[in-house]
Amino acid sequence: MDFNLSKTQILFQQMIHQFAEKEVKPLAAEIDEMERFPVETVQKMGPVGIMGIPIPVAYGGAGGDTLLYTMAVEHLSRACATTGVIVSAHTSLCAVPILEYGTEEQKQKYLPRLAAGEWIGAFGLTEPNAGTDASAQQTTAIPDGDGFILNGSKIFITNAEYAHVYVIMAMTDRSRGTKGITAFIVEKGTPGFSIGKKEKKMGIRGSATCELIFENCRIPKGNQLGKTNEGFGIAMKALDGGRIGIAAQALGIAQGALTETIKYVKERKQFGKPLSAFQNTQFQLADMETRVQAARWLVYRAASLKDQKVNYSSEAAMAKLFAAEVAMEVTTKAVQCHGGYGYTREYPVERMMRDAKITEIYEGTSEVQRMVISAKLLK
Amino acid sequence: MKIIVCIKQVPDTTEIKINPATGTLIREGVPSIMNPDDKGGLEMALELKEKHNAHITVLTMGPPQADSILREAMSMGADRAILLTDKRFAGADTLATSHALAGALRKLDFDLIITGRQAIDGDTAQVGPQIAEHLGLPQVTYLRDLSFDGNKTFTLTRETEEGYQLLEADAPCLVTVLASARKARYMRVRGIVEAYSRDVEIWGFEQIEVNEEFLGLKGSPTQVKKAFAKDMKSPGSVYEAEPEEAVGIIISKLKEKFII
Repeated sequence: MDFNLSKTQILFQQMIHQFAEKEVKPLAAEIDEMERFPVETVQKMGPVGIMGIPIPVAYGGAGGDTLLYTMAVEHLSRACATTGVIVSAHTSLCAVPILEYGTEEQKQKYLPRLAAGEWIGAFGLTEPNAGTDASAQQTTAIPDGDGFILNGSKIFITNAEYAHVYVIMAMTDRSRGTKGITAFIVEKGTPGFSIGKKEKKMGIRGSATCELIFENCRIPKGNQLGKTNEGFGIAMKALDGGRIGIAAQALGIAQGALTETIKYVKERKQFGKPLSAFQNTQFQLADMETRVQAARWLVYRAASLKDQKVNYSSEAAMAKLFAAEVAMEVTTKAVQCHGGYGYTREYPVERMMRDAKITEIYEGTSEVQRMVISAKLLK
Repeated sequence: MKIIVCIKQVPDTTEIKINPATGTLIREGVPSIMNPDDKGGLEMALELKEKHNAHITVLTMGPPQADSILREAMSMGADRAILLTDKRFAGADTLATSHALAGALRKLDFDLIITGRQAIDGDTAQVGPQIAEHLGLPQVTYLRDLSFDGNKTFTLTRETEEGYQLLEADAPCLVTVLASARKARYMRVRGIVEAYSRDVEIWGFEQIEVNEEFLGLKGSPTQVKKAFAKDMKSPGSVYEAEPEEAVGIIISKLKEKFII
């Protein structure tokens, strides 16, 4: 058992940390305040290779692994959780499913541009009446000649407004429930496909979360992803991987809040001494650090299992469940340690606390993670 | 075109603290980085690689740990990396360092040698010019810009205290570059993934062409007498005033500080 980072991972951390500090952090407060999608950051991440970390070199990616990708989401999210989820949804929910289930033609067509960040990816499963109960899909795909006609809508879609490629789930056989769902690759600009309402959210306000609307939207047969009626499995697999990304995002948010708090308690003086000299502060910091470290090793382990190509569903669920709860707890403590200032937008911990909440909800709520974990125990 | 970029691993001086009792640097826990001026120079070379298909070799002299900046340079896009390391090089001042580097450069083909203006740990700005002297090459220092005509001529913008000079030089030549000349790119993820499966050539005394007398401690005429932290002074103020008025200002300032 080796808990040390490899030289490659250390070199990667050096780069991604600098990138996050210099390119991402300075925008974090503004994109939150203005609910602005940071297009310029995506344009910078592309050439560096951050938009295609686990994609093989043959498809224009960096040829890295899940662990490096996880570290990227973690470090980006330390500075800005919005940027973290843009990369996570793009990679885990769009590029990786195309890599794992796409035909050679699909991979050649989509992966190089996704990996270069020229195109942004998104994923559509959730519907107004199908959240945790994903089997209640109402979007349909009816075969029509050499293609399909899509009708229905998807909600809460990350990257929606700015994406070029969408992996979309739709019912091809209503009578078969989850076994009647098929996955499709839908391109921006396809006639009959439009972007609906943009959500006004508590946190990750820079990420464009919108509704997707399909009205007699014709999809060529060549854009079916995977086999007919096997889309649910593709979606669940994508979400397993996505959970590692969101766990990494939660970890990053927690670490970011802890780092800000350490800086603040050394500077802020009350009763003639810095807050860091009070034992209560010290104990708070110790608890925060311990939980963040525990979360980190769960997240890295889940990523490492995925890289070893063994089953990691339960570990990914545990990593996401724990890291999300740690993010909520640590950011709440961070605001408390900052006192009144922590409640204002003068300090980033207020934003981090708002950003943390979503990690307990999206890509499987904490309750769903508990279902996944216990299902394996009781099998 | 073949370019050799000389780089140095330095302590990140923005993170350095000085032990007030002894006046020495506290090196513990200070990260090592690629010297910023060298990084600006490497970026210039990488631009030439993109525009003119140049081949880039990075060369450093240092302890085995200096390997990490070579991996960093390769992750940014350098093609070949050489680490000069040998006990006989140890304890070198700028002169002995430049002799060792020149010894290695004699074994390499190049059209252009790029070095940083100076390293943030020593701040001498001597190594680049010394290499040029040892190799009998034309040198242009303090570059803030460089372009290549695609044939053999470089157009160089050299920063001076008053402004800048626009110069031309033919290959082969040596230039020293300011960090501010270029915003260095980030390491590429693909480069990082591949960095440790690539070769860093290790060269010792046997691989280079230089007289041993010029190397290491015995080739180093510089002796450090004492290192100390500079006392911090508050910044002065500049007034433009007639003599009579000036006297009044000076008197009042001295009184303010209880000097008179």
